[in-house]
Amino acid sequence: MSDERKLPYVMAFNEAVSQAMEADPSVFCAGEDIGAFGGVFGTFGGLQAKFGTDRVVDTPISEQAIVGLGVGAAATGLRPIVDLMFMDFICVAMDQIVNQAAKLKYMFGGTATLPLTITTAGGGGLSAAAQHSQSLEAILCHIPGLKVVYPSSPYDMKGLMTACINEDNPTVMVKHKRLLGLTGHVPTERYEIPLGKANIVRAGKDVTIVAYGRMVHESVAAAEKLAAEGIECEIIDPRTLQPFDTETVVASAKRTNRVLVVHEAVRFGGLGAEIAAQIQEQAFDYLDAPVGRIGAPFSPVPFSPALEQHYIPDAKAIEAGIRDALMRVGA
Amino acid sequence: MSITPDKQFDLHRRMVRIRLFEEAAGRLAEANRLPGFLHLYVGEEAVASGVCGALNDDDHITSTHRGHGHLVAKGGDFNRMMAELMGKATGYCKGKGGSMHISDLSLGMLGANGIVGAGSPIAVGAAFANKYRKQGQVAVAFFGDGATNIGAFHEAANMACALHLPIVFACENNEYGEFTPRDKTMAITDIVDRAAGYGMPGVIVDGMDVIAVHEAALEAVERARTGGGPSLIEAKTYRFYNHHGVQNLGLKYRSDDEVARWKERDPIFTLEDRMVENKVATRDRFEEIWTELRNDIDNAIKFAEDSPVPAPDQVMVDVYTQKAGAR
Repeated sequence: MSDERKLPYVMAFNEAVSQAMEADPSVFCAGEDIGAFGGVFGTFGGLQAKFGTDRVVDTPISEQAIVGLGVGAAATGLRPIVDLMFMDFICVAMDQIVNQAAKLKYMFGGTATLPLTITTAGGGGLSAAAQHSQSLEAILCHIPGLKVVYPSSPYDMKGLMTACINEDNPTVMVKHKRLLGLTGHVPTERYEIPLGKANIVRAGKDVTIVAYGRMVHESVAAAEKLAAEGIECEIIDPRTLQPFDTETVVASAKRTNRVLVVHEAVRFGGLGAEIAAQIQEQAFDYLDAPVGRIGAPFSPVPFSPALEQHYIPDAKAIEAGIRDALMRVGA
Repeated sequence: MSITPDKQFDLHRRMVRIRLFEEAAGRLAEANRLPGFLHLYVGEEAVASGVCGALNDDDHITSTHRGHGHLVAKGGDFNRMMAELMGKATGYCKGKGGSMHISDLSLGMLGANGIVGAGSPIAVGAAFANKYRKQGQVAVAFFGDGATNIGAFHEAANMACALHLPIVFACENNEYGEFTPRDKTMAITDIVDRAAGYGMPGVIVDGMDVIAVHEAALEAVERARTGGGPSLIEAKTYRFYNHHGVQNLGLKYRSDDEVARWKERDPIFTLEDRMVENKVATRDRFEEIWTELRNDIDNAIKFAEDSPVPAPDQVMVDVYTQKAGAR
């Protein structure tokens, strides 16, 4: 790398947007409080001062119209970035996301192109309770026509956000609220991380952990602890959830013969179920244990820190999941 | 009438094209030759024609589930439309959209829409893009009276006014949301009352009078094009057929007398009478126009019926744009 500059995750996002806007006049941003205020998480900080009110637009609190603004502008030649403040608010805009953005191209026989990026903030850990803490990525991944991206590091954030903006399909970029301040190396130049390519965060031979978003960091903590006992975990961060890099995960499963999938979303019907199904379809004969799944219990996200700590999966739960997978005796 | 004879013929032609397309589609549906749902625009021709007659080719419109009329009025091609209704590979959407998603982006027609109210936020996006590019294009959102009861319409109207966008909200008030009369679903009589709540001018026009619709549209489009912001036009109109399909009389939710009263004010025949009365046209000329356009429809049906169905492997095509962005 040309430099070792460090940036927080939130500023990696900001820089990706800023550089895209410099490079391409058809890129604009719209959302609640993103202009003068810079976004409630500071994600769009300074962009309106730099690019003006025509290109960084404060909107009413109108999630359907915000996404609709993006759909209509994308279909007529612009490259919009529209922000839904919290991931929970996608529910308010679901018609525009699911029935319009995702399907226009297909319904119109391919004639429409929608280079639309929807950005939002997911995940818990801020005592923000049940309507401001959800991990709803599985719902989005279920919709043909959408792409879903969930970076876990500042480096990935900038590269994936750049790819999202350059992408000619509607893409949902999920930022994890608890990672916003996480600092790491981010090159100053513009770069893309291709969508649909997983990252092997840590190589290991004993067990594969598939984790994304903040759960990558909890998984690393668990893996470091187990490494002291000589247990080597391989950690795969898919980075893009739709399309999903099944190939990398299956190849790892064939090497380690044991897999644990970790996510912050509730377990039932979560992405882990799909990943486990894909692994058993493609690597059944290699598995020495059932594919394990760590996720939140089937309840709304609780408010009290005492409850939320218990609710969100952590390194301890992941460690237990790994030990469980390893207890099985290989064939 | 300040509208030139040429323009009157233009508006008439748009309306007759819609009528003939829809009547043909209705006959095909009755004969089980069209798959899926069919929402006919017959009776409302003056609205799409009067408004689209005020637009340029590069202006944008969004449409509704009752969308064939909007595409025809914007210049839609009969062959590709009929092929789409039949689910053929040569259709506008290659057989993937059908009646409810018929569209032609090259004509600025951003799609019929199966979700009531969903077109308005998309029109706001097109209007935003038009303002952003500063090339003087405008967007029109077509929607029905029923759509003004859904949140998406409210959000779109408010946002368009807050951002002062070049857009016209064109309401086709046909007095029924599907099968339920307007007075059971809202406490106001005139949709135009809603305009003030967003801070935009609104006007009621006789939706059976294409000249009146056109004049209102010219004013609203000019306002949008010259930076005057959004407007709402409420066109009082009526669908001659049922919410879907081809039944017109004997419906439980509206009386045959009511249908007959509205049919007396048929927008096409009303215009023809006026043009003859004003010596702008002759009956013979109209007969020639109908004959010519009937011929186009017959050819379109033949084109559609002779066209191939999409190959099964097309299911997975165009879910995503495959080519990466240029940047």
